[in-house]
Formats: sequence, C-alpha cells, structure tokens
Amino acid sequence: MGRLIVPTKLSWQIGEVTDIVRETPRVATLTIDVPAWSGHLAGQHVDVRLTADDGYQAQRSYSIASPPEESRLAITVERLEDGEVSPYLVGELRPKDKVELRGPIGGFFVWRAGDPRRLLLVAGGSGIVPLMAMIRHRAAVGDQTPVRLLYSSRTFEDVIYRHELERLAGANQTLTVAHTLTRSQAPGWTGYARRLDGAMVEEVAWPASDHPQVFICGPTSFVEAAAGLLVDHGYEPGWIKTERFGATGG
Amino acid sequence: MSEMSDLKLDGNAIGGLLGEIFNLEMTSAEGTCGGCGTVNAVGRVDVYMNAPGAVVRCPACGQVLMRIVHGRGRYWIDMSGIRCLELVEN
Repeated sequence: MGRLIVPTKLSWQIGEVTDIVRETPRVATLTIDVPAWSGHLAGQHVDVRLTADDGYQAQRSYSIASPPEESRLAITVERLEDGEVSPYLVGELRPKDKVELRGPIGGFFVWRAGDPRRLLLVAGGSGIVPLMAMIRHRAAVGDQTPVRLLYSSRTFEDVIYRHELERLAGANQTLTVAHTLTRSQAPGWTGYARRLDGAMVEEVAWPASDHPQVFICGPTSFVEAAAGLLVDHGYEPGWIKTERFGATGG
Repeated sequence: MSEMSDLKLDGNAIGGLLGEIFNLEMTSAEGTCGGCGTVNAVGRVDVYMNAPGAVVRCPACGQVLMRIVHGRGRYWIDMSGIRCLELVEN
C-alpha cells in the first residue's frame, strides 16, 4: 500500500479559476477548472507557479482540498503577509483568471477509502486541508472507517471548514471532531483551549492497541510535537505519516 | 514563524522537483541512509529548501542523503549519502 509508484508526466498546466470562497479572514478556497486533469488521491498537492512580467517565477505547493470524486480541483490557501505567492492567490485573484499548476504530486501522504485501519487525523491551522480531502473522500464514497480529527486553530474565526465539519460529524457517528483554540476563545467555548498536550492526546486519540493509521499536517513545530505525543501515547512511528509546511511557504 | 525548526520540511515538499527529474512519483520510494542504514520513505526524510538547492537529510542520524540544485537549464543531483533507493515497479 505505502509504496505504490505511479508514473506521472509532471508538466505545467493552465487552469481557470471558477470560484473563490472566503473560508476565514486569511484563508480562501479556489476552485480551478483544469481541462486535462488526470484525477488525484486524497492527501496529494499541486505546485502553483506565478510568473511576473519580467520573467521572475515563484512557486509554492498547496494541498488539494477537494476529494477525488469531484471533477473540479479545489485548493485552500492561507494568506501569509510576507509571502510571494499566497497574497496574490488570496486577495488579487478573481474568477476567470488563469493559474499555472502541476500535479497531482505525492504518493506517501495519501489515504484511500477501504483501508480498514482506524484513522486519526491531526491538523494544525491550514494543515487541515489535505485531511479535509480525506474526510470528504470518505464521505463521498460512504466509507465507515472510524475517524477522529484533532484540529488546532488559533481562534474560532481561524477554524477552516467549521460548518462543513460540524455537518459531517453531525450526520455520521463514525466521524468525531475535537477542536482546540490556542490563542483566544469566545465565551461559552466548550472545546479545548490550549496547545496539544499528552492529556488531550489521551482523550482524543485511539488507544495504541487499535493500531490506527495517523496523518498529521501543520507547521513543522506542530507536526513534530504532535508526532512526539503520539509516540509517547504508545503509537509506532511507522503508523504516523506527516506533512510539514514551514517558513518557505507562502 | 522564525523558529529554526520551521525551516525544516519533509520529502513531500520536493515531490514536484523529484517528479520533474525522474518522471515518477518519488515520495513513496524508500531510501537507505548510507550513514546509519535507516530505511525511510522519501516523504519521511528531512528537507531544507533555504539553500541554493534542496538538502535532504536522514531523520535518524542527520546525514546528508541528497543535494539537488536546479539552474541554467540543468540539474545537479548528489546522491552520495543514499546507499540504495527502492522503487516499486508499476
């Protein structure tokens, strides 16, 4: 399963933005029509390239948010103020604009419906995006693998896909979502209100005896802290797949 | 973020770069570290992009596995730190 090599002809393609949805004050989802899109797997990403008038190019990777079952590609992008690419994608780009991209990329950080292992998903900030593709994939095919999502955001307003997660968890008892807000909480907040820690992992994560499969995505420091806590919880490092985004993002 | 640790990425970040060189999905290929012998999927190794090229290190011992520089229409790929790279036949 983990070592399937798929030959890819990785060439740059032009897509047309069909829709832009603001998810949070700093995050937007771009739906892109890519004429010869080959399809993708949940967890994969694309590279997006911008070319300035003088020929200067900047390129960044963005996780695919849409499930394989949807024909149009969606990426969710967080605007980083000092970034070279994201302020253009979130702020300046409009429907009908063209974007240059290539993909899908990646075969390691991928989940396929039908895998019988229980699933633990751990997201820090916009690290939710590839995990959301997995949750949507699971919902689209009616997969009943029990899933728990532990999702850390700074504030309530920063929670991406909040309504959709609520709806999906409400409609299907095999999906459980636990939020933690690390910076500020509104009055009446009933979720966690701190950084990930051992007690939270103890309450939310499957017991090690379940031998679950784990996907963690977020900033490097978050990913490493979460993976460390799960190993302390008794998980084998081999059960855990991680994807980090760091200071080169944006 | 300016923490040092956030300069570290993982092999997923060079999936596109490796794909353009090898024309294969490389993040699930497995490499054996020439230093300590640990076997890791490319998606699991440490990657630093804040250099003139990409520097790939073994997450277990820190040995440089691979250096990739792209420029002037060429690629330079130093793989001297990898003892063996295993790809599954399609």
